[in-house]
Amino acid sequence: MADMLELGAVEARAALDAREISAVELTSAYIAAAEDTAGLNNYVALTAEHALEMAAASDARIATGEAGLLEGVPIGVKDLFCTAGYTSTACSNILAGFTPTYESTVTANLWREGGVMLGKLNCDEFAMGSANETSAYGPAINPWQTADGADLVPGGSSGGSASAVAARSALLATGTDTGGSIRQPAAFCGVVGLKPTYGRCSRWGIVAFASSLDQAGPFSRNVADNALMMQAMAGFDPKDSTSADVPLQDLSAALTRGVGGMKIGIPAEYVLDGMDPEVVTIWQQGQDWLRAAGAELVDISLPHTKYALPAYYIIAPAEASSNLARYDGVRYGKRVEAESLDEMYALTRAEGFGEEVQRRIMIGTYVLSAGYYDAYYLKAQRVRRLIRNDFDTAFENVDAILTPATPSAAFPVGRKVDDPVTNFLNDVFTVPANLAGLPGMAVPAGMNGDGLPLGLQLLARPFDEATLYAAGQVLEDAAGFIANPPRRAGGVS
Amino acid sequence: MTSNLVSGATGDWEVVIGLEVHAQVSSNAKLFSGASATFGADPNQNVSLVDAAMPGMLPVINHECVRQAVRTGLGLKAEINLVSVFDRKNYFYADLPQGYQISQFKQPIVGEGTLRIDLPDGSSRNIGIERLHLEQDAGKSMHDQHPSKSYIDLNRTGVALMEIVSRPDMRSSIEAAAYVRKLRSILRYLGTCDGNMEEGSLRADVNVSVRRPGEALGTRTETKNLNSLRFIQQAIDFEVTRQIEIIEDGGEIDQETRLFDTTTGATRTMRSKEDAHDYRYFPDPDLLPLVIPQDEVNELAAALPELPDQIKDRLIGDYGLSAYDAAVITEERETALFYEAASAGHDRKLVANWMTVELFGALNKSGQTLTECNITPERLGGLVGLISDGTISGKIAKDVFAVMFETGGDAASIVEEKGLKQVSDSGAIEALIDAVIAENEDKVLEYRAGKDKLFGFFVGQVMKQSGGQANPGMVNQILRTKLDG
Repeated sequence: MADMLELGAVEARAALDAREISAVELTSAYIAAAEDTAGLNNYVALTAEHALEMAAASDARIATGEAGLLEGVPIGVKDLFCTAGYTSTACSNILAGFTPTYESTVTANLWREGGVMLGKLNCDEFAMGSANETSAYGPAINPWQTADGADLVPGGSSGGSASAVAARSALLATGTDTGGSIRQPAAFCGVVGLKPTYGRCSRWGIVAFASSLDQAGPFSRNVADNALMMQAMAGFDPKDSTSADVPLQDLSAALTRGVGGMKIGIPAEYVLDGMDPEVVTIWQQGQDWLRAAGAELVDISLPHTKYALPAYYIIAPAEASSNLARYDGVRYGKRVEAESLDEMYALTRAEGFGEEVQRRIMIGTYVLSAGYYDAYYLKAQRVRRLIRNDFDTAFENVDAILTPATPSAAFPVGRKVDDPVTNFLNDVFTVPANLAGLPGMAVPAGMNGDGLPLGLQLLARPFDEATLYAAGQVLEDAAGFIANPPRRAGGVS
Repeated sequence: MTSNLVSGATGDWEVVIGLEVHAQVSSNAKLFSGASATFGADPNQNVSLVDAAMPGMLPVINHECVRQAVRTGLGLKAEINLVSVFDRKNYFYADLPQGYQISQFKQPIVGEGTLRIDLPDGSSRNIGIERLHLEQDAGKSMHDQHPSKSYIDLNRTGVALMEIVSRPDMRSSIEAAAYVRKLRSILRYLGTCDGNMEEGSLRADVNVSVRRPGEALGTRTETKNLNSLRFIQQAIDFEVTRQIEIIEDGGEIDQETRLFDTTTGATRTMRSKEDAHDYRYFPDPDLLPLVIPQDEVNELAAALPELPDQIKDRLIGDYGLSAYDAAVITEERETALFYEAASAGHDRKLVANWMTVELFGALNKSGQTLTECNITPERLGGLVGLISDGTISGKIAKDVFAVMFETGGDAASIVEEKGLKQVSDSGAIEALIDAVIAENEDKVLEYRAGKDKLFGFFVGQVMKQSGGQANPGMVNQILRTKLDG
């Protein structure tokens, strides 16, 4: 039943409530789709049996009128989230086979609202990467293709999530975003991804990468579905000390608000030398759409933008070097036996962690070392403050900011890069929002000449996700983008 | 005050000591997890997901531990920092599951304060407190359970500690011991740490250096994890001797961390400065800065109990006790409360004397604690009351006390029951004296001829005849009148 896969989450909810379809049927269709598209390697664990049990329970609740917000909606979960009884490995060898006894707050919220867990999705190892190529399970593949048929990366780190939602093997998916890990893959795969305000979604039960930057968020094929999922997953959690006790806005209501009278900032510093002209064009197009819908466009300056990437690549590895110290072979996960404790540590971590993770642990260890701390970490934290100040100043005059989501479209798997820094440039437009703790949304806006999707990014004030949904819906309506990647379930290949 | 200088082969040396005391916070739960913080459970029974550093687990501050730290800070007359920051101290060890200890590095919860120490000669001295911060305890590694593996017990992992750092203000091992004794006393008065050194609730790291009087500070060593007053003194004395010998032999002190061997009383190198960890401290991004409202500090300050120094000053100033007795009585809160209750309405000095000599002596002998023994404050007060009003003599009182301690009961009934009441009837005493004089005419003549020493003989005879119950003062007076007559 291929057309069932074309329903959005809001539409599927309506069809389920109207008994036009059952949750078990919908879930079965998604399990089949995941099996069909297994070549995309976007699932690292498909939990079909569990999914069907959850779906049957959803059908029972629908029958008794107890349906939750996401009742019967099949959802894929990034492998960074701990799911009780199901492997949760952060796509790292060091956590191979790790099966937690506990459920992350975000996924527990989704299941409480009736969501159905399809399985665990591929991602970069410990969410470190922008192409899903650092995963211990091998790269996830983008369902979009260019004419030459080469495998393209789905972006990262939440590459499996974006790939699965675009390929119709998950109706919704969770992601995490530390420097763009939701928004960049969403743009690469032509789906909608939201990084909420820092503190909106609990980090409890999510494998930590960089604690002060990590935020969980939703992936969906349209803006309305995204709002539905966000409404279910967000919320204050006393188990996360950085969780914010700020009431969530009515996000679905925001979808029809429009942008009339809204002031949208266009930051001068986001025009980069040598930027892909098609990215420039789509950005201009987005501005025109918003203006046409009644928004006022305002030129703004975010003067410290150019320091964001260097600051990010100090702060994130610094926190990661400490967060990943617990993977030591002593209590759980991989252990390489050795004669001494130090040797056991060294062998376990050398075998357990991939190259990119090791690189970042070493960078992080270095920047926190005595004698370097002030020059690197402390200075990066000052830059972070200045970047936040830039945004605070800008938001005195504008309600939202529009930028490109990425400097380019998706690129081929295995693209040779001599300099790891080139890979870091993928995050240039997304990193500032993490440093400042702001909410940001990637919305598909069109295609480039090669037939690949391009996305726009909207940023708003802290805790004002509603404005992102209002403006995102306007962009979606104006773009009329249809996400039909060739390698989707029921697609051409 | 006596000089604290130590004489070496080449002249005098001044000893400089600073202490870092780790005091386990009295609380039901750990600092950042809900697991029980009680001592003595089977290995790995009090371990939460957070303590075991499972993936995705996050710390949440136990506010009671914060309040305990603030109470302690107030008790040390220290500055309370309304904003403080938790940092991560990064190092790898098998009993440190997170790979870092959450501690406070740059911005501790409590700043500078003072501690007044009481020295054996009755004098007092102020020692500076540099800071107090909250931190997690580590787990326990056991290397003797298996031929090739170590066992790890995480029960203690994450238990809240207060690290209390002194200024290098102490000049002898006696002062260092007095410092720990007083600190322990204050913590126990406040109820913020049980002070149980045997169970490891209170342990000290001692920093020791020596220098020529008036010169700049010498290089110090740090001896870790001393868990008794005796070990603290031994370790310091050993270090002082060792350091002076090295310097006098032309050597230099290495700045290093040392371990104390409890069987030999010696210290030995644990790790040198070159091997020192780089802890890579940085603010813990899982925790927001700790903010305490001034109102809460005020509320805690208002509820603080009277502390040993205040009570001691009162006992000296208002009751006229000696500094020594006042210090002994106020070291433990139970003792001070006992004394206050026992001495109310009685001769305060006399009660203090009976407590520090008879009662403490009896307790020492029996091995009982104050709360376990048969003597209640009311009973001790009652006994002293009988002495003061002349009902019994001090000598008889000792016998009464022995009975009270052995069997319970109050002094008045024992005196009544055993007929120990002092005889103060002058007619009765005169009759006794007349009898003794009549029986010892030859001695009376000797006395009157100038053998003064015999007076004691007559007193003894009269007291003997009275069964010890005659009022000794009256016996003296009447006897003198009659003999010298």
